[in-house]
Amino acid sequence: MDWSAIALSLRLAAATTIVLLAIGLPLASWLALSARRGRWAVDALVALPLVLPPTVLGYYVLVMLGPRSPVGRAFETLTGSPVVFSFTGLLVASVLYSLPFAVQPFAAAFAAVDRTLIETAWCLGASRLRTFARIVVPLARPGIVAGAVLTFAHTVGEFGVVLMVGGNLPGVTRTVSISIYDDVQALNYARAGRTAALLLAFSFVVLALTYRLQRRSGRAWPIAS
Amino acid sequence: MRADLELEPGDSRVLVLFGPSGSGKTTILRCLAGLDRPQEGFIRFGAEVWFDAAMGVNRPPQARRLAYVAQDYGLFPHFTVEENVRFGMDAKRSVATPRVESILERVHLRGMAGRLPAQLSGGERQRVALARALARDPALVLLDEPLAALDLPLRDPMRQELRQFLRSIDVPSVIVTHDRVDALALGDRMAVLSGGFIRQVGSVPEVFSRPADVVVAASVGVENVVAGTVVEIADGLATVRVGDGSIRATADVAPGPVFACIRAEDVTLERSQPRDVSARNQWTGRVVALQSEGSVVRVTVDCGFVLTALITRPSLDELRVAPGSTVTALVKATAVHLVQRGST
Repeated sequence: MDWSAIALSLRLAAATTIVLLAIGLPLASWLALSARRGRWAVDALVALPLVLPPTVLGYYVLVMLGPRSPVGRAFETLTGSPVVFSFTGLLVASVLYSLPFAVQPFAAAFAAVDRTLIETAWCLGASRLRTFARIVVPLARPGIVAGAVLTFAHTVGEFGVVLMVGGNLPGVTRTVSISIYDDVQALNYARAGRTAALLLAFSFVVLALTYRLQRRSGRAWPIAS
Repeated sequence: MRADLELEPGDSRVLVLFGPSGSGKTTILRCLAGLDRPQEGFIRFGAEVWFDAAMGVNRPPQARRLAYVAQDYGLFPHFTVEENVRFGMDAKRSVATPRVESILERVHLRGMAGRLPAQLSGGERQRVALARALARDPALVLLDEPLAALDLPLRDPMRQELRQFLRSIDVPSVIVTHDRVDALALGDRMAVLSGGFIRQVGSVPEVFSRPADVVVAASVGVENVVAGTVVEIADGLATVRVGDGSIRATADVAPGPVFACIRAEDVTLERSQPRDVSARNQWTGRVVALQSEGSVVRVTVDCGFVLTALITRPSLDELRVAPGSTVTALVKATAVHLVQRGST
């Protein structure tokens, strides 16, 4: 089995999840709790990766971050290597591609938090940030966990964007899905089959565990009615 | 909607915002709390400007030092009772804990500190919400329909408890309710709202006894509210002393201050002292005013306290009364509704 591809996929998925928690939680809280004007536009932007072919997304990431773009040039001057066809490039593309998988469950979970509790916390003197950290996030935890797990699993399984932005550099940008594609191209069905089975089992276990956890935490926080 | 209201900081009196749902009373409360923003006007609390549309001032709820208790109490479900109460306190945990304990004791929740809200009864939840409000050392207490979330049998005892609680804190409170008994039992003053306007502001008995207009009269419903004291209870019959006279009522109340409520249509007027005594209350008084209201006439009688009777035009003709004439007012003891005002 292509262990270096598996390790890379896991590393990419973990990094994507962390970045999306950092970006997605504030974005989702804005969407769910305070957005008035312009919410529809941001909602649509966040959902775009659900409907766009990965090639379109990958194309724009290439154009935006490529050696001829201002961002790409600045990055290359700073680090000495281009963004595209590197782990950083992959990470940027994965974050964009998995954005709805994180933000939508987060926002749904925040929106489901009883508004009265938020207002009560404000009236008890808690700042917006403290209210968010102590009331909103703990009560939305099942949704946050779901978003993080979906992001992780979705990133492990992504293919098209990785191929567009990262290419196929062993150990650098060749992820599990690319490795399976390579094996099939090379008619190495046995190895492709093993990796595919592993990915299938992994995805099932992750999702099953998530649903199981959701259920249990649903009982741990019985919302008083 | 429009509202002109005045409240004095440091005044421990209770103002009731009374009106049907949709009348705007909750909106006023939310504007006071800083959760909603009025379109114009100002909100001042003592010397502090909380909101002023012209000056562009709008203090957030965090900067208003108030306690706002939502209709379903807004207890944080993932916090224990103790964590809920401590949430609004600025003090460190070591300082806060003994204070939390003393507050919980005060609202009869000793030993419940470690429970989650879901493990409490409705009454206990209300007490936690009050404890949490008190822990914040507020300058103003705002309660939105404080008894609406309780089951009926719980409502009476909790109402008394709430009244005593509000009396015991030296802080003005504003209560939103659509329930007459809540207004009578809890309020010192009340503002009656209808259709987004404040129709009348006054002391509770004044508003109930002398509604400013037909809309207020219809929404408060009870015409006669007489303040008195229960002095004796015998055979299920309570005697309420009112000035020199007394009112008898079938009621299960403890001795102490009450409001005796009598609907105007339950008052019968007689020209002479009748022999029939099945009507337990008989007062002789002088007719003060007659006011025609369509097919009925509102007769105001002064019999030591002011009593309003609603009688039909034919019976008025039969009575042949005019302002100044003497009549006997009769009210069955079962038609007198007593609302307890707590022991203070």
